[in-house]
Amino acid sequence: MAEVSGEQIALSIGHASLRVGGRDGHAIGINGATPGPVIRLKEGQKVRLAVNNTLKEETSIHWHGLLVPFQMDGVPGVSFPGIKAGQTFVYEFPVRQSGTYWYHSHSGMQEAMGMYGAIVIDPAAPDPIAYDREHVIMLADWSFMHPHTQLRKLKAQPGYFNLQKQTLSGLLAGKDQSASERRMWAGMRMDPTDISDVTGATYHFMVNGHDSAANWTGLFAPGERVRLRIINAAAMTNFNVRIPGLAMTVVAADGQNVQPVETDEFQIGIAETYDVIVVPRADEAYGFIAEAIDRSGQVRATLAPRLGMVAPIPAIRERPLLSMQDMGMGDMAAPGADASATDHAAMGHAMPGMDHGSMKMRDPAVAPQVKMGPGVATLSPMPMDRTGERPTGLEKVDHRVLTYRDLKALPPNADKRTPSREIDIHLTANMERYMWSFDGVKFSENTEPIAFRHMERVRVNLINDTMMPHPIHLHGHFFELVTGNPGHHPLKHTVNVLPGGKVSFDLTADELGDWAFHCHMLLHMMSGMFRVVTVRHEEDAA
Amino acid sequence: MVLFDLAEFQARKGRDGYRWAGEAWFGGDVDRLLIKTEGEGAFGEPIEDLEIQALYSRAISPFWNAHVGLRHDIVPNPSRTYAVLGVEGIAPYWFHLTGQMFLSDKGDIRARLEGSYDERITQRLIFQPRAELNFSAQDMPVIGVGSGLTDFELGARLRYEIRRELAPYVGVEWSRKAGDTARLSRLAGEDPDAVSFVAGVRVWF
Repeated sequence: MAEVSGEQIALSIGHASLRVGGRDGHAIGINGATPGPVIRLKEGQKVRLAVNNTLKEETSIHWHGLLVPFQMDGVPGVSFPGIKAGQTFVYEFPVRQSGTYWYHSHSGMQEAMGMYGAIVIDPAAPDPIAYDREHVIMLADWSFMHPHTQLRKLKAQPGYFNLQKQTLSGLLAGKDQSASERRMWAGMRMDPTDISDVTGATYHFMVNGHDSAANWTGLFAPGERVRLRIINAAAMTNFNVRIPGLAMTVVAADGQNVQPVETDEFQIGIAETYDVIVVPRADEAYGFIAEAIDRSGQVRATLAPRLGMVAPIPAIRERPLLSMQDMGMGDMAAPGADASATDHAAMGHAMPGMDHGSMKMRDPAVAPQVKMGPGVATLSPMPMDRTGERPTGLEKVDHRVLTYRDLKALPPNADKRTPSREIDIHLTANMERYMWSFDGVKFSENTEPIAFRHMERVRVNLINDTMMPHPIHLHGHFFELVTGNPGHHPLKHTVNVLPGGKVSFDLTADELGDWAFHCHMLLHMMSGMFRVVTVRHEEDAA
Repeated sequence: MVLFDLAEFQARKGRDGYRWAGEAWFGGDVDRLLIKTEGEGAFGEPIEDLEIQALYSRAISPFWNAHVGLRHDIVPNPSRTYAVLGVEGIAPYWFHLTGQMFLSDKGDIRARLEGSYDERITQRLIFQPRAELNFSAQDMPVIGVGSGLTDFELGARLRYEIRRELAPYVGVEWSRKAGDTARLSRLAGEDPDAVSFVAGVRVWF
């Protein structure tokens, strides 16, 4: 990937081609390529980015994770009017932070067609993270099927891309769920294999624009401390990341430094970034493996002392199955799981709903704010804080797996105030109709913004009423993920809320303006899992 | 979306026949225009049934749609037009069910129940039992319909999804006219009972 830097940067949006799986695809690129150039900045500088649109359609660039004036945030219809065909828009802002970020189109489906790139910002002060060498690793998914077509297929047949369903032959072979479990799930019209919507059935997975065969290779000298800046730029794929034979020390999440924590594998939600330090000591190649969480495919890149070396590609692991916990059944489903005190409040509602040996899965009493309708198939009766749990599919792997609870901010949290109020936001869906929303209401249904007063401190609870993880992104802010490490909660711009789970974050609404807030699974966002967040001075608030 | 759930050749005693059942919808997640058509006949004979429905369909719950509209039977002759009220959706255990009530321009009341189930043998090989029952509240001798249960079909089809949108299938179907409808059929010199071996393609786009 090319690199651009300095105070004046020109970016040109246009058609580009991409070679993957032995075929050429039509992509939308930046400066003629996908991924676009790495934008390298320095904390404290100013930057002017002139973005020229050579497409015949509107475009935009959103600087994902950057603290910018809201007019520079790049969301058409929220922060600015978009960049019309043939026009140039100049983004101008001071660089107030350091770390690993990325940028992507916020117009239509352009992001899924290759319009993204990395941002690396060097700190003004000496970097607390010591390293000898660094590599940007951008994960992505690519399909030769246009994303609009994908959406249409999913509306017609929600399991269209799932070629890993449970089958009768599987049952006879003793695979997957038992007959009685299958009956119970079928009775609830739920599919435990519904882990990803768009899968390896159509996707090719890539590292820095290279598939496994093209084998992107990052060099190292044995014994060096190598910093990997890992960015999930996929449209619809959460990845499990590991480097067999090499421990990874996580030093930053979403661009913000964390206390170093060593792990063997982590799940990276769409739009999240993780910086890890690895110290390969042997004079040999190491495989960097990013596996789609539904195990419908994976991509291999290589870390090696010399070009042309490869490490073995591990066999793809068995497709996981969702569990009762993923339905938000809390500790009723898994005896021994730790339930926090607040979760038991929900039990009072859920208990009378027991039927057929399971809890009632759509009791409006558990979520009075959700507008019930055909778009809401289920409500989690007992959503649990799952930030201490291993994510989907990594529950049983026999090595260390990072959880959100392992992340502790390196500097102490700046705002020590207790939140003055608390709001719940439900992540709602009907997978059978492929409908996605917040609180049962799609963005297109004239939704009211989520309003914050400037400098207000609020606790936001994200409650996942669906059986899929949702990487939820708030523009223009970092929030503190409540993980039980008060004072050192990790700062994030995107959090992956596990199925049937609950995530709380504390937000200091310190950035005035209108901001997008949405699920970063592109087709979920396009289907309506999107809201505008406003931050206003008290006197301006409605 | 346009779906031909059935488009098949039917081999049976006497003249071989054909059958189709398809639908198309236009609109959003909740409100849709739904067009349904079905028909059947035997080769070398005039078409036996040709029905078109134009319906407004609305999602009324996560798994169910209600619809209202018109059904027009071009064949049998004399043609009939009916007002339609129905529901369609997915019942627990993934049964796909449709129930429709029809009120004709002559004041006749009829009803139809359909159900099917997809048993996935492998990722691409799917066994589908299906049933259809038709009822009439009154005798309609002009078109050979008696009151009560008029006819039913039980079928089993095995399809292979070359792609999701394209699945050839083979199967067997037993169709039988019942009660007075069967008697009227016999009087017309027809066999009210037929077993067909079917081969067709399920296709959508």
